[in-house]
Amino acid sequence: MFFEWLHPVLIATALALAVIGAVRRANLWRAGQPDQVNLIAGLKAMPKRYLHDLHDVVERDKYMSKTHAATGGGFVLSALLIILVHMLDIDSKILAWALLASSALMFVGAIFVFKRRLNPPSRISKGPWMRLPKSLLAFAGSFFILTLPAAGVLPEGFLLQAGNVLLTVVLTALIIWGMGEMFFGMSWGGPMKHAFAGALHLAFHRRQERFGGGRSTGLKPVDLSVVQEFNPGTSEQQVLGVSKPKDFKWNQLLGFDACVQCGRCEAMCPAFAAGQPLNPKKLIQDMVIGLAGGDDSKYAGSPYPGKEVGNAKGGPEQVITEGLVSAETLWSCTTCRACVEECPMMIEHVDAIVDMRRFLTMEKGDTPNKGAEILDNIIATDNPNGYSPASRTNWAADQNLPLMRDVQQAEVLFWVSDGAFDMRSQRILRSFVKLLKAANVDFAVLGDEELDSGDVARRLGDDAAFQNLAKRNLETLSKYKFSKIVTTDPHAYHCLRNEYQDLGSDALNGVDVLHHTTYLNELVKQGKLKLDSFNGGTVTYHDPCYLGRYNGEYEAPRELLRSLGIQVAEMERSGFRSRCCGGGGGAPITDIPGERRIADMRMEDVNSTGAELVAVGCQQCTAMLEGVVEPRPEVKDIAEILAGQLIEEVH
Amino acid sequence: MPLNIVSLVSVGRHPQSGRERRAEQDGRAVELGMNLEASQSASMTVLHAGRSVEPVLRNYAGMGLPSLEVLELSEQDDAVPSLAQYLKASDADIVLTGVRAESGESSGMVPYLLAEELGWPLVPRIADIVSINNGVAEILLALPRGQRRSLSVPLPFVASVDNAAPAPRQSAYGPGMRASIDASQVTAVTDSAREQWQEAPAKPRPKRLKVVKAKTAADRFKAATAKPQGKAGKVMKNESAQEQAQEIFNLLLEEKVIK
Repeated sequence: MFFEWLHPVLIATALALAVIGAVRRANLWRAGQPDQVNLIAGLKAMPKRYLHDLHDVVERDKYMSKTHAATGGGFVLSALLIILVHMLDIDSKILAWALLASSALMFVGAIFVFKRRLNPPSRISKGPWMRLPKSLLAFAGSFFILTLPAAGVLPEGFLLQAGNVLLTVVLTALIIWGMGEMFFGMSWGGPMKHAFAGALHLAFHRRQERFGGGRSTGLKPVDLSVVQEFNPGTSEQQVLGVSKPKDFKWNQLLGFDACVQCGRCEAMCPAFAAGQPLNPKKLIQDMVIGLAGGDDSKYAGSPYPGKEVGNAKGGPEQVITEGLVSAETLWSCTTCRACVEECPMMIEHVDAIVDMRRFLTMEKGDTPNKGAEILDNIIATDNPNGYSPASRTNWAADQNLPLMRDVQQAEVLFWVSDGAFDMRSQRILRSFVKLLKAANVDFAVLGDEELDSGDVARRLGDDAAFQNLAKRNLETLSKYKFSKIVTTDPHAYHCLRNEYQDLGSDALNGVDVLHHTTYLNELVKQGKLKLDSFNGGTVTYHDPCYLGRYNGEYEAPRELLRSLGIQVAEMERSGFRSRCCGGGGGAPITDIPGERRIADMRMEDVNSTGAELVAVGCQQCTAMLEGVVEPRPEVKDIAEILAGQLIEEVH
Repeated sequence: MPLNIVSLVSVGRHPQSGRERRAEQDGRAVELGMNLEASQSASMTVLHAGRSVEPVLRNYAGMGLPSLEVLELSEQDDAVPSLAQYLKASDADIVLTGVRAESGESSGMVPYLLAEELGWPLVPRIADIVSINNGVAEILLALPRGQRRSLSVPLPFVASVDNAAPAPRQSAYGPGMRASIDASQVTAVTDSAREQWQEAPAKPRPKRLKVVKAKTAADRFKAATAKPQGKAGKVMKNESAQEQAQEIFNLLLEEKVIK
C-alpha cells in the first residue's frame, strides 16, 4: 500500500513549502532599510518576551488568553512531535502519547476559538480568519486520529485496512487542509502568518527597550544630511521620512506582518471612534499590502470610517500616499498610543504614522490646515502661535521668578513650556509656582531662553524643526546646573526625558526629568506641603497619554488626589486604557473632520462617573476638555486643585 | 514662445521675532509665478539680489523650486542696477515683486525703479493674474476691503504682489535643501545714499483712537465692512483722454505733488 509513505511525504512537502515561503517572506522584509538589531540576543530573549510582555497584553482578555495558550501551545508541541513521530517515523509510545495529548489540547483550544468566531465582535476581521478555527480543528483532529495506531490505541495498520479506505482518504484530506493552513499558510500569507512573523517581531523589535516596561521613543532623529545624497543601490534621490514601504526599517515591515487583525487597536482608537478616516488595523493591513504588493480587496475587517474598502493598491516601490493610504488617514492620528498599548503583537502604529508624516511635511510640504502656519511660526518664533519670543515670561510679571541666567544654578529647573502664552494654561503655571514657593523649593526658570520643546513639530513630521529646537534647548540647558527638570506639560516632559537623548548632548546627564505631579507627590510625601482636604464632590482623573502610556506615570496623580482625601471615581477607560482628549500629535492643528469630536466622547466618559470635577495633568487636555460645551464637569489641573487646598502660613 | 516669468525675492523679517524668514509678499510672488508656470506652461526664474549663502533662500526653494538665481551683492550694494541689468539681458515677460521688502530700506521703490529703468508699465498691488492671451494679461488689482479691479495689461510688465494674492504654499525642508542656488557675479554699485543714513529702531507712534459712533449693530457692521464713501473726486468715464489727463494733472497740482 502507498499509504505508508504518503503521510511522511505530505508532511515533508508542507514543511519544505513552509521554508520556501519563509525565505520569500523574509526577503520582502529585507527590502526595508537596515536597522541595528542584535539578532542573537533578540532570538534568545524572544520566549521570555512572548511569555511575559505579549502574554500580559493577551491576558487582558482572559477568555482569549486561555484559548490562545491551549491552541498555540498545543500546536507548537504537536508540530514538533508530528515531525518526530510521523515524518521521521520514530517508534516511541511516549512520543505518540505526548502527540495525542498535545493535539487534544490544541483541539480543545480550537473549539473555543470556534465558539468565539460564532458571533464575532465587529473589531475582528472575518474573511480567511473565519476559516482558521475549522483549520485548527482539522489539523488537531486529523493528527490525533493518525496518531492513534502509533500510540497503540488502534491496531497497527488499522488505517491501511481495505475497509477503511474512505476513512483514510478523508483523514488525508483533513491533514492536507490542516497542514496547508498551519505550515504552508504560515509563511505564504495565511492567517497563521502572525505566529511566524510575530515570533520574529518579538525578537527583532524596533523598540527593544519596551520589553520589561522601558520608556522610549520610537522616533529616531531623521538623518538630515541624506537630502543631497543618492541611494547607492538604486541611484534614486534619498528622501526624508517614509515615502514607499521599502523606506521603513526592515523590522518595521516585519512588525506589520505580525498583525493578527484582532482589532483591539480599532476598539481603542479615538480617531476611529470619532469617525475620522483612521483605523489602525486597516492601516497595518495596508502596510502589509504595501510590503507584499497587491490591493485590499481581500481585507475583511472594518474600513477607515467613511472610506470604502477595495480601492487601495500598493507595492514596495510605490509611494504610499498615492493610492494605498490617503494622507488624511495619517493626519487623523492623535499619537495617543492607545493602539500600541493594546496591540498583543507589539506593533508600533504611531511611529509608522509619524515616519510617513515626515515625508509629507519635509518632502511634499503638505501638512494640512493650520499645519504649515504653525510650523512656520515654530521656526520663526520658537512657539507655535507666533508670539514674540521676548514675551515668553510676561505671564510671570507678578511672580518674581528667579531666572537661570541670573542664578546659574538651582535644585529644580521649572520648564514652563508654551503654556506660558496661553491664558488658561497660565493659571496652571501660577498654581504650580505657588506650590513650589510654599514648599520652599530652590527653583528657577529659563525665561525667554526657553524654546518650544519641539513636540508639535516632530509629531507634524518636521523633524528638521524639532532637531533645531532640541539642539538649541540643550545648548541652553548645558549652561546651567540643576538636578531636576520639572514641567507641567507631559509633551515637553516626553521630549525632554525620552527624545532629547538621541541628539548627542550631555546637558541632561544625571538630571531627573519629572512631571509636576510626580514632583508634587514627592513634596507631599516629604510633608513639605500642608494641604486641606477637598470637599468639592466627586472627582475623576483623566490620564494624559504622554504621561501615562508614554511615560508610565499613573500613580502619582492619583496619590496626590488621595492625599487630599479624594476618592477618585475612575472612568471605565482610565490608566493605560485612558482615552485621548484629542489634543495630541498636532491633531487639533491638522483638524481632520470626523463625525464626533474626541473631546466630547471623553467628556461622556467623565459624565458616566457622575463626577463634578475632572482632574487632569496636562494643559492640552485642559484646553480640549474645557472646549466641550457646558453644562459639563469642571476641568482643573492637579496643580490647581492642590493650590486651592494649600494651607498658607501667615507670618 | 513660452512665457518668461521672473519672481524677485528678498530676505523677510518676522514682525515678532525679527528673525529672517520668507517674506510674505515675495512668497506670494513666487506662488503666483509657480501657478502661472503650471497653467500657462511658462518658464519661471526666481531671482535674488544679495548674498547667495543666505539661508532664507532655502525657504523659497522649499516651495518646490529646482533652482534659484542669485546676483551676488553685499549688504551695502544697491540691488536695483544689478536687477535692471539682468532683466534687460533676459527675455522676461513678467516681473513679479512684493509691494515692499520686510528688511533693509523697505521703501517699496524697487518695482517702480525697475519699471522705469526697463521702460515697462508697473502694475501695483495685484491679487492675481487671471489669464494671458495674445500677449495681453488680465490682471486683478487688489483694492481695500476685498475689492478687485480687472485690468488688461500688455506684456511685458512689472507687477508688485499684494497680500491679497493667494498665500504661498508650504515650504518643505527636503526640496529646499536640494535646490541649486546659482550665484553669478555682477558689477556691484554701492548704495551711496544709504551710506549716509543712520538706522534706529522705529518708535511706536501714538495712534488715533477709532471711535465708532454707530448706535446699532447694523451700523457697526456697516462701519466695519462698507466701502468708504469718498467725499471728493469725480468719476470720468466718457470724457476724452485729454480731458482725463488734464484733470489728473490738476489734481496733482492741487495736492502739491508737482509744482
